[in-house]
Amino acid sequence: MAREPERVTLTPEQLRRRRARSIAIALALGVLVILFYIVTLIKGPGVLNRPI
Amino acid sequence: MTDISAVDRRQKAPLAPPGLISEAGVGDYLALMKPRVMSLVVFTAFVGLMIAPGHIHPVIAFTALLCIAIGAGSAGALNMWYDADIDAIMTRTASRPIPSGRITPGEAAGFGLTLGGFSVAVLALLVSWLAAALLAFTIFFYVVVYTVWLKRRTPQNIVIGGAAGALPPMIGWAAVTGSVSLESFLLFLIIFLWTPPHFWALSLLRADDYARARVPMLPVVAGPQETRRQIVLYTLVLAPAGLTPRLFGGAGVLYAVTAAAAGALMIALAWRVKRAPGGEGEARAARGLFSYSILYLFTLFAVLLVERGLPGLSGHAVM
Repeated sequence: MAREPERVTLTPEQLRRRRARSIAIALALGVLVILFYIVTLIKGPGVLNRPI
Repeated sequence: MTDISAVDRRQKAPLAPPGLISEAGVGDYLALMKPRVMSLVVFTAFVGLMIAPGHIHPVIAFTALLCIAIGAGSAGALNMWYDADIDAIMTRTASRPIPSGRITPGEAAGFGLTLGGFSVAVLALLVSWLAAALLAFTIFFYVVVYTVWLKRRTPQNIVIGGAAGALPPMIGWAAVTGSVSLESFLLFLIIFLWTPPHFWALSLLRADDYARARVPMLPVVAGPQETRRQIVLYTLVLAPAGLTPRLFGGAGVLYAVTAAAAGALMIALAWRVKRAPGGEGEARAARGLFSYSILYLFTLFAVLLVERGLPGLSGHAVM
C-alpha cells in the first residue's frame, strides 16, 4: 500500500516571505531581460565581438 | 594569547539540523551578500573602470559594475555558508542569516553559486571575457583559497586572502581596456597592502571572538604585541605604495599630496596602536585605525576619480 506523502503546512508568515522571495526573483529576471535587450541594441552587430 | 592546534583549526562545528522550512525574507538574502563589503568593492571597481584609458558605453559600464557587485555578493554568500559554524560562535557574526536560522546552509550555497555563475556569465557575454575571468578568479580565491583553505589554518589568512579584495579595480580596468596593465596592478597593490593593517586593527578588537571560534588570527596566535608590530610594518610599506600611482601610473599632483598626507596619518595612527598602553587605550587606538583605514582607501581612490574628471589636475592624459 502506498504511503501517504508527508505534507507541510506553511504558516502565514512563511507564505508571506515566500511570496516576497518570488517577487524578488521575478524582478531580478525582468531586469536581466531588459539589460540583455538594451545591451543588444547598443552593441548592434558588434554584440558578438567581445575583446579578450 | 590562545594556543590553537592545527587539528582544531581544521574542524568545523556541527550546524543546526538541515531540512528546516525557509523563513528567509528578501533582506536576509541581501545581508548574505555582505553589502558593506560590496560597497567598497563596487567603488574601487568603479574607479578602475573610470580611470582606465578608452571609452565604455555607460550601460556597459553599469552592467560591468552590476556583475562585479553580484559576484562579490556571491563570494560573500558562499563565505557565510562555509563559515556558518564559526559565525555562530562569534558575537560579531552570530546574527548573520545562517547562524540565526533565517536561511538554511543549503539555500545560502545555492544562492551563492547561482549569483556567481550568472555574474561571471553575464560579464563575459556582455562586457569582456578577461574581466569575467578575473571575476571568476576573485570569487574562487575568496571562497576556496581564503575561506576554505587559509582562514582556519594560518595567521597569514588575510594577508594572502586580501588579494581577492584587491582585484576589483583590475576587473573594472579590464572591462574597459580588455587587458591588465601596470596602472591597474598598482591599484591592486594598494588594496592588497592595505588589507592587513585594516583587518588586524579589527582583529585586535575581536581577539576573544576569534579565539573562541578557533580562528588563528594574528592576535590569537602571536599576541597583540606582535600584531601591533606587524600593523606598523605593513603601514610603512603601504604609505609609499600609495604614492606609486603618481610615480609610475600618471596620477596627478593632487593625488600625490593627498596620498602623502593620508599615508603619513595612517602611519601615525598605526604607531599610536603600537604605543597604546593596552586595555581601553589600545581598543580606542585600534578602533581609530580601523575607521581611518577605510577613509584612507576611499580618499585615495576618490582623488583618482576627481583627477580623471578634471584632467588639468592629472599628470598625464590617463589615470
